[in-house]
Amino acid sequence: MNPAPSDFEDLRVEDVSRHFGRRRAVSHVTFHAPRGSIVGLLGPNGAGKSTILSMLATLLRPSTGRILYGQCDSVVHGAALRGSIGVLGHDLFLYPELTARENLEFFAGLYALKQPGASADAALERAGLAHRAADPVSSFSRGMRQRVALERALIHDPRLLLLDEPFTGLDESSAARLLARLDSLRKQGTIVVLATHDLDLAEGLFDRAIFLRDGRMASAADRPASLRAMYREVMTHAHAAAAQGTEG
Amino acid sequence: MFTRIVWLVLRKDLMVEIRSLEIAYTTIFFAVSCVLVFAFALVQEGRAPTDGAAGILWIAIAFSGTLALGRTFERERQAETLKALLLAPAARPAIYVGKLLGIIGLMAVTEIVLVPLVSLFFQAPFFTRPLWLAAVLLSGTIGFAAVGTLFAAMLVRARTRDVLLPVLLYPITVPVIIAGVRATAALLQPDLDAGIIQFWVALLVCFDVVFVTLALWTFEPVMTD
Repeated sequence: MNPAPSDFEDLRVEDVSRHFGRRRAVSHVTFHAPRGSIVGLLGPNGAGKSTILSMLATLLRPSTGRILYGQCDSVVHGAALRGSIGVLGHDLFLYPELTARENLEFFAGLYALKQPGASADAALERAGLAHRAADPVSSFSRGMRQRVALERALIHDPRLLLLDEPFTGLDESSAARLLARLDSLRKQGTIVVLATHDLDLAEGLFDRAIFLRDGRMASAADRPASLRAMYREVMTHAHAAAAQGTEG
Repeated sequence: MFTRIVWLVLRKDLMVEIRSLEIAYTTIFFAVSCVLVFAFALVQEGRAPTDGAAGILWIAIAFSGTLALGRTFERERQAETLKALLLAPAARPAIYVGKLLGIIGLMAVTEIVLVPLVSLFFQAPFFTRPLWLAAVLLSGTIGFAAVGTLFAAMLVRARTRDVLLPVLLYPITVPVIIAGVRATAALLQPDLDAGIIQFWVALLVCFDVVFVTLALWTFEPVMTD
């Protein structure tokens, strides 16, 4: 008997490519993320990080290759898998006219939680924003919105959490709070895939780092010791190889 | 589950609109401006052109409806909340129906303002047969909004969405507009021919069934990739 799509133990990206017309956004990317791991997608703009996250979120289908959530293929089980995936995009997916509680209650309802109101209240407590529950999100600072958005992405207790540039616009304390939350998610067994430019904040966070350039995997490393140095080295090599290829 | 998602999306759209009133105000203002322009151009010495009211009413409904459709989905685009809706494990046709009902509600509010205004400026006795009028407006609005909601959702990521929406929407909804105008014009005749109105209303209901079914069928694949 096949396990329920929501019960997956790991995430496998197998030789995945994605084309938009003739443009190749992602090319032959492969990686594996077991439960309780944080995988970093690192690379310059246009490296294919957001496209990979969209495919992992089942919003885009791979042109070739496959993504497996445990035994389940994203193309076959896409709709059933969505209940186990949480996404925090660069845009926060919140309605600014609604209050923080109304936003969280709405999404709890969409994810068919039994008590959306209670789930929203618990999420606000975790975000440290229970005292601002009745305030519209438009009156929040970027850091506060980010905290509400993270709890929105986690309200249904997803097995896989996808984060696109989650440190953007956060001050030091908000970033530290986010890092602590990610660490607690890792301990709970959540698989986290995070795309970021902020190498300093991500230092020591990743169990595996995937370096991307022009849609290709330039390199990968387990628990990289010095992320910034490694990033510089990998990108220099990739740039040199690309220049050599162009000349050749 | 389906009706719960429809209700959630509809309630959320209503709450957002009640807080901002942005789309309601712009749509009503645009519709009223449209009628006023026609009134200034066509009403001469207090006399309105015969049979003009039906056409003007439906032009104002179609134009203001297009504006409402565009703004409704622009709001979902700004914070990428449409993506959040599509990421939920909810049935996508239910999301479509929720959005559709919200737009029908918005267009109905605009029509409540438009009908007396057109009646006043063009001396059209709309209120002598209120039930028939309601049937014509409701069936026409559903058909127009059914196609418009699908197209507006499809175009939400297109850079030229503001131009493309009317270009795609009007040719497909021409039958709805024609049937709406004909039925409304028949309503304004001194001697009511119920058979003619029944025919146009039945035609509009057929369009509604076809367009809503097609939209429910295509919304999932159209929004997936």
